[in-house]
Amino acid sequence: MTSELFLQYVFAGLTYGIIYAIVAIGFNIIYNTTGIINFAQGEFVMLGGMISISLNQIMPLPVAIVLAVIITMATGALIEVVFIRWLEKPSVLRMIIITIGLSILIREVALHIWGESVRALPYFIGNEVTSVSILGARISPQVLWVMGVCSVMVLILSVFFKYTLMGQKMQACAANRTAATLCGINARNMVTLSFVLSAGIGALAGCVMSPITYTSYDGGTGLAIKGFTVAIMGGLGNSMGAVAAGLLLGLLEAFSVSVLPLAFQDAISISILLIILFVRPQGLFGRKDAAGLKEF
Amino acid sequence: MKKLLNAGLVGSIALLAVLAFMLPSGCSKKEEVKETIKIGAILAVTGGASFLGGPEARTLQMLADELNAQGGINGHKVELVIKDSGANPEKAISFAKQLIEEEKVFAIIGPSTSGETMKIKKIAEEGKTILLSCAAAQVIVNPVAKYVFKTPQKDSHAVQKIYGAMKDQGITKIAVLAGNTGFGKAGRGQLEKIAPDFGIEVVMAETYDKKSTDLSAVVAKLMANKDIQAVVNWSIVPAQGILAKNMRQAGWEVPLFQSHGFGNIKYVEAGGAAAEGIIFPAGKLLAPELLADGDPQKELLINYKAAYEGKYNEPASTFGGHAYDAFKILCRAIATAGTDTEKVRDAIENLKGFAGTGGVFNFSPEDHNGLAIDAFAMWTVKDGKFAPYNK
Repeated sequence: MTSELFLQYVFAGLTYGIIYAIVAIGFNIIYNTTGIINFAQGEFVMLGGMISISLNQIMPLPVAIVLAVIITMATGALIEVVFIRWLEKPSVLRMIIITIGLSILIREVALHIWGESVRALPYFIGNEVTSVSILGARISPQVLWVMGVCSVMVLILSVFFKYTLMGQKMQACAANRTAATLCGINARNMVTLSFVLSAGIGALAGCVMSPITYTSYDGGTGLAIKGFTVAIMGGLGNSMGAVAAGLLLGLLEAFSVSVLPLAFQDAISISILLIILFVRPQGLFGRKDAAGLKEF
Repeated sequence: MKKLLNAGLVGSIALLAVLAFMLPSGCSKKEEVKETIKIGAILAVTGGASFLGGPEARTLQMLADELNAQGGINGHKVELVIKDSGANPEKAISFAKQLIEEEKVFAIIGPSTSGETMKIKKIAEEGKTILLSCAAAQVIVNPVAKYVFKTPQKDSHAVQKIYGAMKDQGITKIAVLAGNTGFGKAGRGQLEKIAPDFGIEVVMAETYDKKSTDLSAVVAKLMANKDIQAVVNWSIVPAQGILAKNMRQAGWEVPLFQSHGFGNIKYVEAGGAAAEGIIFPAGKLLAPELLADGDPQKELLINYKAAYEGKYNEPASTFGGHAYDAFKILCRAIATAGTDTEKVRDAIENLKGFAGTGGVFNFSPEDHNGLAIDAFAMWTVKDGKFAPYNK
């Protein structure tokens, strides 16, 4: 394999990997504050893409993207307030079924609003045939946008959780909800905030990837499955683990193409999910004792 | 018990009275109301094949409204029962059973995709219900099934057209990509089978998932093989545009050929600048104004295009045309043979010289497609529009 070809695979893998990682982080943020998996996470990505495409018809691209992210965040908050907030001590199973129901609901609403066809945002720089050459490999500038925006999001999120009071409050809820409530933290607001945050990062990822992958009303499901695989691989709740696992899965998928027929690409990620669930349910980067304390 | 009986009796008398009251008013129009003909349709209105099923469903609705406004076929009104399968073969199976057993439809138009059609071929056969498929794969009518017909051109003809164009360009080594749908599998099979006849060698062949959103890894793999002079892609999903983008972004400039599944301008829009120069075979609907004046298809193509575009405010596609042909063929057969399924089936099988959007149909007991290779023309994409391909 020549070095150009190698790099071409690496870029293909990293583009996908970082998107998987962002979806997985969305899972993690909500998991950390509520202990549930929000299966509507992929729909946030779809909503971000779709809303920005519609808004882009009447306003410039950057404004459309910012507005789309804000609208999706509001949707996230609305979903939490209407469907989750008023539940007293819901069981894990009940919450999972609620979020699966929500994801179907959002998809159907999107089908009625945007119809069945695929849409896409224009390329941020250049058009469909523009490419830049990096060390001999040629990629679309949009790939750099995806990688750049997603990396910045990961950085900002980790700073947010480590150094801001709000972030620390959310961490506290994640560690021990009862103790956090006793310390005067409003745990319910933290849950709403977690939905807003994960909707926001999902939507932004949905906007930057739309020119490459297209956006369709049912595009969220596939992403949610990949994102869930990555979240499990990295250890549920572990955001840095999710980044590492996401990149790993993306690279594995890309390089698998070089040796196996393309048709096996998705089978690989699902096989990895199954193997990890059997062998290391706490994930590649999760600690077994910590995983034992979680209820799910 | 007696009370119940009484209540039932009173109820049925009341019902009879109402019916008796309604009957004369129905007859007073002095018009013989013939029974309505129910036509089922299973189309992929949503999902990955929605660029096929969407225009097909809209076309059928338009034609049925038009027909009923004109008084139907020999006085029989037509009722459409359209089911959205989402290109899911399992759904197509259950809809086919539902349409045949519960709705008792006279005939079924669709499905939109080859995979679905192959799954319900047997069901239509056993249910003795005429099936007019809007899907392309040749396996649908080869071997011939008594009640199964199809209106799109054969995929083997599409392959021959493509290979003919390649031969003119001096291309001998190609790569084949196909979606993992019934259409993609059948097309890949035909491509590999017919290649030796044209002195063409399929160097590499890959199949991708119909939901694929990025093909840059497989493009890198193919591009590494310097022997490849052209790529043929066989699918009906948005990946047709994605492949074009990934190839051009990777700086790979070999010609890209697509199947007749590319005949919806929306695929061109999705591919943007990367779609420029794609070469593909399709029916003549894409630019009917360029046809010679005496062409039997010219007038109907222009009329259909104008009616569809006027009503739905979107460009007509060859796919809507497949539904148009299916509907018109069925109506013609019913008009000549009445409402007996067997007779109508025979009438379709004996239909000759019937001009449709896909070509001039000449059905026979051996050929349930009825189109010859000249139904296809080669097209390319120029400045974001379809244009005739001249080498």
